[in-house]
Amino acid sequence: MIEVKNVHFTYPSGVEALQGVSLKIRNGEFVAIMGQNGAGKTTLVKHFNGLLKPSKGNVLVDGMDTRDVSVATLARKVGFVFQNPDHQLFSETVEEEIAFALRNFGFKENVIKRRVTWALNLLGLTQYRKTSPFMLSGGERKRVALASVLAWNPKILILDEPTIGQDYGQKEKLRQFILQMKAQKKTVVIVTHDVEFVAECNPRVVLMSNGKIVADGEARKILTSPEILEKAAIIPPEISRVFLELSEFGFPTNVIDVYEAGEIILDFWEAKNREHV
Amino acid sequence: MAIIETEKLTYTYPGAEKTSIENISIKIEEGEFVLLTGPSGCGKTTLCRCFNGLIPHFYEGKLEGKIQVVGLDVVKHPIHELAKHVGLVFQNPENQLFALSVEKDVAFGLENLGIPRKEIRQRVDWALKTTDIYHLRERPPYELSGGQQQRVAIASVLAMQPEVMVLDEPTSFLDPLGAKRIFEDIHKLNKELGITIILVEHRLDLTAKYANRIIIMDNGKVILNGKPREILDSEKARLIGIGIPKVTRLYQFLNGKGMRLNYVPLSSEEMAKKLKEVFKQ
Ligand SMILES: Nc1ncnc2c1ncn2[C@@H]1O[C@H](COP(=O)(O)OP(=O)(O)OP(=O)(O)O)[C@@H](O)[C@H]1O
Ligand SMILES: Nc1ncnc2c1ncn2[C@@H]1O[C@H](COP(=O)(O)OP(=O)(O)OP(=O)(O)O)[C@@H](O)[C@H]1O
Ligand SMILES: [Mg+2]
Ligand SMILES: [Mg+2]
Repeated sequence: MIEVKNVHFTYPSGVEALQGVSLKIRNGEFVAIMGQNGAGKTTLVKHFNGLLKPSKGNVLVDGMDTRDVSVATLARKVGFVFQNPDHQLFSETVEEEIAFALRNFGFKENVIKRRVTWALNLLGLTQYRKTSPFMLSGGERKRVALASVLAWNPKILILDEPTIGQDYGQKEKLRQFILQMKAQKKTVVIVTHDVEFVAECNPRVVLMSNGKIVADGEARKILTSPEILEKAAIIPPEISRVFLELSEFGFPTNVIDVYEAGEIILDFWEAKNREHV
Repeated sequence: MAIIETEKLTYTYPGAEKTSIENISIKIEEGEFVLLTGPSGCGKTTLCRCFNGLIPHFYEGKLEGKIQVVGLDVVKHPIHELAKHVGLVFQNPENQLFALSVEKDVAFGLENLGIPRKEIRQRVDWALKTTDIYHLRERPPYELSGGQQQRVAIASVLAMQPEVMVLDEPTSFLDPLGAKRIFEDIHKLNKELGITIILVEHRLDLTAKYANRIIIMDNGKVILNGKPREILDSEKARLIGIGIPKVTRLYQFLNGKGMRLNYVPLSSEEMAKKLKEVFKQ
């Protein structure tokens, strides 16, 4: 469980990035933090693993105040994947990169081997086992960063922009994985601008704007409310935009899924055809 | 003559075992808006690096075949000469930023071209306003958020107004409204100034509607090259797992159930318009 209590954060340069944020994330929740550039999303999630400490207020992770515990203690619990993979990667090969944290946490060699193989496979990186992370494409590097954290199976997972540079197939695999984590009662927090990905996952959405939280609720509701989204520089997903346009025909306006949309349109069309006969 | 033309272009990075692009033969005409997509690792960035001469002048490795951009043989012309004609927005904005302030970063390329002070001022201000970072102009780029940095990278290339703009996932860090505005501005530059655009994107929901052509790569090769509606509705595109726009998938679903719209939509606007027509009949 993560509890954020009236947190303020000011960078040394004087930028007030968080201006009174309160938020509770329970075990087993899947949360997407969204909002405009510079809203404070990355700054907020960096508080969840103690990388940043509040200037005012408190952050509690499983009841521990991040100000009182070492980053090392938190690191074992909270896995963090950076927005930019280049801030995270340093090893000579992909395999070593993924094994690094596992070794640090004292896993046995045979477990390390198994976990590395599993993570390589999950993220489609098996062919790059012995390759340098710096000789990979942008999307591949992001996946190495993801693999190196997913491999040790943290209790809380924070992913800053996990879908950047990923094709549809990779995103689908990531979605499946997150759902599995959720089923195991693990907590997953993603920061993302990828509206279509969020529409497919339907998580809890927390919207931020100017250092504050401006909305909090299920994706299906938040992503289909243009007035709320506008405050956070977000545009509804494509399917929702079609349905918002069609409201004159009495269609529901909270649809984000392709197949659900298809069934509703078909029903309407068939009913209309019957009238004509 | 085509503004970009490659013939059997094949490239292998130094120390790599296999080629990253293979036998690429494409022609892009002046004023086109080309969307380049394909699975992660298929060679999109590598091909972009050939367009502005980073390959072969910065990345060594082995380049075979031919490539001409704006009438220049890329192999025979140095990067700074190509840079007058071709601007590249990098996939990772941080690799593009180096100056002490946002403004200096955006002005840098123009100063190198020897453009008069007054015009530099005008172009830099225009680029900063277009990307919505005018208020950040005195901030150091490394103290900005990811999306703010990416806006700086885009502004630097916009300010140059090159004949060809190559944008490698230029809005991956941008908020959705910011991304939409940037795509609209790029589209406008394409329509009004005839700037040739090559846009690399995975998120076709946001971009397919702007393109007059889509090129899909897989495993280093070009496998589809043609009109967006035909390509995105094809079996082949679906099978390699690219992100077919949601409204195109909705169209396919309806089609499969017997509701034929006879027009492949690429955006929510197009889909809503078509459905309204059908429902009002
Ligand atoms: N290292 C830093 N030093 C000073 N100011 C910073 C630093 N990092 C971020 N900021 C500022 O803090 C504010 C919040 O930044 P943050 O990175 O949390 O935004 P974000 O919501 O993650 O944005 P994005 O979507 O662009 O990644 C912004 O105004 C940004 O310019
Ligand atoms: N500097 C490099 N040295 C060696 N191999 C590289 C280098 N950069 C990329 N590669 C390899 O070349 C291939 C193509 O990479 P490229 O970056 O062009 O892919 P991409 O289509 O842009 O992928 P993404 O969508 O993930 O950005 C990949 O197999 C990658 O591992
Ligand atoms: Mg961020
Ligand atoms: Mg790339």
